[in-house]
Amino acid sequence: MAEVSYVKASRVFSGNPPVRAVDELSLDVADGEFLVLVGPSGSGKSTALRMLAGLEDVDEGAIQIGGKDVTNVPPKGRDIAMVFQSYALYPHMTVAENMGFALKLRGVAKTEIKAKVEEAAKMLDLTKYLERKPKALSGGQRQRVAMGRAIVREPSVFLMDEPLSNLDAKLRVETRANIAALQQRLGTTTIYVTHDQVEAMTMGHRVAVLKDGLLQQCDTPRALYDRPANAFVAGFIGSPAMNLKTVPITSEGAKLDGVTVPLSRSALDAAGGLDEVTFGIRPEALGIVPSGEEGMEMTVELVEELGADALVHGAVKIGDSSQRFVVRVDGRTPPTLGQHVKVAVRDHTEIHLFHPETGERLEA
Amino acid sequence: MTLDASSLQMVKPERRLKRSDRSPLASIGLHAALVVASLVAVFPVFWVLVTSFKPDARAVETSPQLFNESSLDNYTRILGGEKGAFLTWFGNSVLIALLTTVIAVFLSATTGYAASRFRFPGKRSLLMSFLVVQMFPFAVLIVPLYNILIALGLQGSSIGLVLVYCTTAVPFCTYMLKGYFDTIPTDIDEAGRVDGLSPFGVFWRLVMPLAKPGLAVTSFYAFLTAWGEVAFASAFLSAADESKTLAVGLQVFVQQNRTEWGHLAAASILVAIPAVIVFYLVQRFLVTGLSSGAVKG
Repeated sequence: MAEVSYVKASRVFSGNPPVRAVDELSLDVADGEFLVLVGPSGSGKSTALRMLAGLEDVDEGAIQIGGKDVTNVPPKGRDIAMVFQSYALYPHMTVAENMGFALKLRGVAKTEIKAKVEEAAKMLDLTKYLERKPKALSGGQRQRVAMGRAIVREPSVFLMDEPLSNLDAKLRVETRANIAALQQRLGTTTIYVTHDQVEAMTMGHRVAVLKDGLLQQCDTPRALYDRPANAFVAGFIGSPAMNLKTVPITSEGAKLDGVTVPLSRSALDAAGGLDEVTFGIRPEALGIVPSGEEGMEMTVELVEELGADALVHGAVKIGDSSQRFVVRVDGRTPPTLGQHVKVAVRDHTEIHLFHPETGERLEA
Repeated sequence: MTLDASSLQMVKPERRLKRSDRSPLASIGLHAALVVASLVAVFPVFWVLVTSFKPDARAVETSPQLFNESSLDNYTRILGGEKGAFLTWFGNSVLIALLTTVIAVFLSATTGYAASRFRFPGKRSLLMSFLVVQMFPFAVLIVPLYNILIALGLQGSSIGLVLVYCTTAVPFCTYMLKGYFDTIPTDIDEAGRVDGLSPFGVFWRLVMPLAKPGLAVTSFYAFLTAWGEVAFASAFLSAADESKTLAVGLQVFVQQNRTEWGHLAAASILVAIPAVIVFYLVQRFLVTGLSSGAVKG
């Protein structure tokens, strides 16, 4: 078990101009923590993980595991175990051999390897399959073997690179919970890469959001959701995504379709001098109100029924253009297509303001 | 409303040909073509086998017969050494072919792996040169290779000939194996490195076992390159009888005025046996799909 630190670590791919896949990443992961790296494709999250694994060079900065600088240590000297997206099982070895391979290389006694493999297999419900070759396993079983191979090692850090992306939706949800529980039980520091923000929110103690190789924000799932540091994080975290619109602002508040949404004093102060801001509000903070009340006029264009809730997509006029908003409503009484409804802000504390150009959060 | 059974019965569908079905005529045509093709392929070998049991005088006749004074005499005489040091030639050939196979496959596997996995300056031109060197006819290479062997002091030695065979086998095998290694996912290499293997360990313990089908094909190719080759062998080996390979040695049966057909046929059959054995050994690896199941499938 160990803590992990990225110290201004960069990975630069040569080219014209050079591509900074990971740009001065500084991140501290505590001992036993489950940290999720999340971001869209090309954000550098996998590269950051591979740098930690030693599979990718660190061009600038340093990486430490357990307080030791491992920047130039080959993968085998880092005491890490990695679960690959493709699982990367050794096809010519049985499940038991796959799981015990690292111990065999370390020269651990055969009886001890057998005991450890069996223990891990029991934990992962793989005992029946120990003598099988990977090709005779289903996707979910292969995934568990890949997990088992990492567990048997008893490494100081687990690295997982989108380990669930090849599973079907139901199995993914199930395995997600299993991995989180397993990590809790073993207490091993874990760095987990995913592009799925739901996975990130549900599994991580803390979530680090990356974009274009730059760390945007690293915080607990709750804090990311409640106080996104910039417009990108606001739009990325949460499903469906936050409504983010550029709207005019006055001393009273933000103007949306003739309705002025009052803003707090501190928010107005932070936006001082700007005549426009990026206004963000989550679909669940909006609501449909009876036609008599004050609200934005919205034409319903699409209703997605999810069962408990329904998501209503519709057009709202802001200034001269028509903008799309998503509102989460009660699933039992959704509006119909083409209907004109009034939409109002339900909770004024859930309004997020961002700088229209830099995207930074505006708040005192 | 009443229903009677006959009205419920579906109208019998007309028998239609399924995709796998063939009309009888097509079937006959197909089989006839295959039988003829098989005969064309098998007959020469069969006739060599038949001839190998006949005495030289009966080998070529106006009305050929399957058996005519047939016996094992040709074989006993050849193996007994009456017609030249056949067993010595045989030993030479086996030694040279096996050495060629081992050296060529080892060199091309390491080179192919490097070309498949690593980025290094000159990689493209290296692969290009492997392709280009295969385009020269053998005859053109004999004189320059001869000069090189003399300069190295290897002229007339078996090792010299092995190196010469490697010059033709290595470029081809490298290309083949690079292609095969490319199909093995690099994730496996990385998993091995994280598990504690050195780069050579990854190659030796993971990639080589997974490349068995590719290695089988290339070993077979390298073996055949050396086994049946005549031009290089007769040019580079010393003229002494005991240093000849089989392919060169067989020429004693073909002299200016007469050809010992019976002996030649018997010797040919004996020469073919090791090639068949090598093929038999590697053919079970000539099945693809060994790396299936490594990654999501």
